[in-house]
Amino acid sequence: MGLPASAILNDDDLDLLLSESFRLYGYDFTNYTRASLKRRINRLMIIDRFPSFAELLHRVKHDPHYWSRVVEELTVNVTEMFRDPQSFRIIRETIIPLLAPHPFIRIWHAGCASGEEVYSMAIMLEEAGLLHKSLLYATDLNPAAVDNVRRGIFPISLMKQYSENYLLSGGKKDFSSYYTAKYDWAKLDERFTAKMIAATHNLVSDKSFNEFHLVICRNVLIYFDKDLQDKVLSLFDDSLVSQGFLILGSKENIRYSSIAIKYTQWAQKEKIWQKTM
Amino acid sequence: MGAERKDLAKDNVKPYRLVVIGGSAGSLETILQIVGSLPAGTDASYVIVVHRKNTGDSILTELLSGRTDLRVREIEDKEPIIPGTVYVAPPDYHLLVENENEFSLDSSEKVQFSRPSIDVTFESVALAFGPAAIVVLLSGANADGADGIIRVMEAGGYSIVQDPQTADMAMMPKQAIDRSEVNAVLSPSEIGPHIRSLLTRTPRLKSPPEE
Repeated sequence: MGLPASAILNDDDLDLLLSESFRLYGYDFTNYTRASLKRRINRLMIIDRFPSFAELLHRVKHDPHYWSRVVEELTVNVTEMFRDPQSFRIIRETIIPLLAPHPFIRIWHAGCASGEEVYSMAIMLEEAGLLHKSLLYATDLNPAAVDNVRRGIFPISLMKQYSENYLLSGGKKDFSSYYTAKYDWAKLDERFTAKMIAATHNLVSDKSFNEFHLVICRNVLIYFDKDLQDKVLSLFDDSLVSQGFLILGSKENIRYSSIAIKYTQWAQKEKIWQKTM
Repeated sequence: MGAERKDLAKDNVKPYRLVVIGGSAGSLETILQIVGSLPAGTDASYVIVVHRKNTGDSILTELLSGRTDLRVREIEDKEPIIPGTVYVAPPDYHLLVENENEFSLDSSEKVQFSRPSIDVTFESVALAFGPAAIVVLLSGANADGADGIIRVMEAGGYSIVQDPQTADMAMMPKQAIDRSEVNAVLSPSEIGPHIRSLLTRTPRLKSPPEE
């Protein structure tokens, strides 16, 4: 892998692609971190064998179908079930019991990618006896990822790792009882899918659409610059009930945002905050 | 300031501002040894990218702190790049540099079976720091880092590779040496002093920041 130095995307190229993507398709990537965007675009040029940036740009401008592939590649879709098992253990042991008294529990997985974490949460809710009165909203910018959440089908090769993560998160059941294996795929049980509402939602341009007891958005803010982070955190704030919880990725923080003053960090080291004002 | 710039041009010396050390299996002792000899009071920041399991603790940061008086930090989202600091790439993220003043993290797919991948960081450093970067590649049992070293050298940066004969796992340094004309091949005890000489031969452009 690797491109000749002459083919590596420069800042002007990136600006041009971003302005065309907004003009033609309405996707605004201008406040995404540039280092990561450049890397994704360089990667796309290697995989799809574009000899130069000009040819990629030409294809993007004249082939709307190809644009959806670009969206898939620019938005990072890497996730796992019970990724960071320690964080899931904290959620299982300290957050979920506090949701229990609500007559109805609403949770928003923002930027959920292919949905592994949504299914992880559904499993934990069921084990706590709460799934029947819960609704999990799963949103992502990428329509293909949202389809995947609705299907609940994941490669069987990943189940060993997911099973280990599940046990480390404090799970006590036989993880394989939650899915049906068929050929190379595992389908999570439909009783979980039935409690999910999956839809496209763009954190850059779309608004708050409900009030939630818990908003989870892990490893999405790392791709946004500070201005956009602040805007998105305000969107989460608008979407959380008083005493609701916000959960971010293990290296993300609300410290420098305008909402920080209203929130109290839940556990030392954990990226969980409670809305206390 | 003007006079200093003229001297710089005359002596053709580059002020290095970022030193990135990449290691995998068998590199820990060497990393500790190098970090123990990193100089304070230069314009440079230091970055450690090492393949490791995500154990949720901070043992590596603590070990490094025990070897140096420099500030040691595990990198968080949007961490500013401050001279005289030793930064550690967090497990399970790729480490990029957004520009000369800020890191950024990326949780996308593994590269060379690794996250963090040394290639990813080296390539990003080549783009943002060009000739102001020094990269160091140590022991490891895979080919990570070899592509990245090529990028760094194309951008005018300086490369140091551990002598494979002194490495617990020779493959990673050997791949880099086979594939590019690296600037220096050194034993573990030579690497720290070599970095020090590269950094301190450079006339300082400004005084070190006040803590």
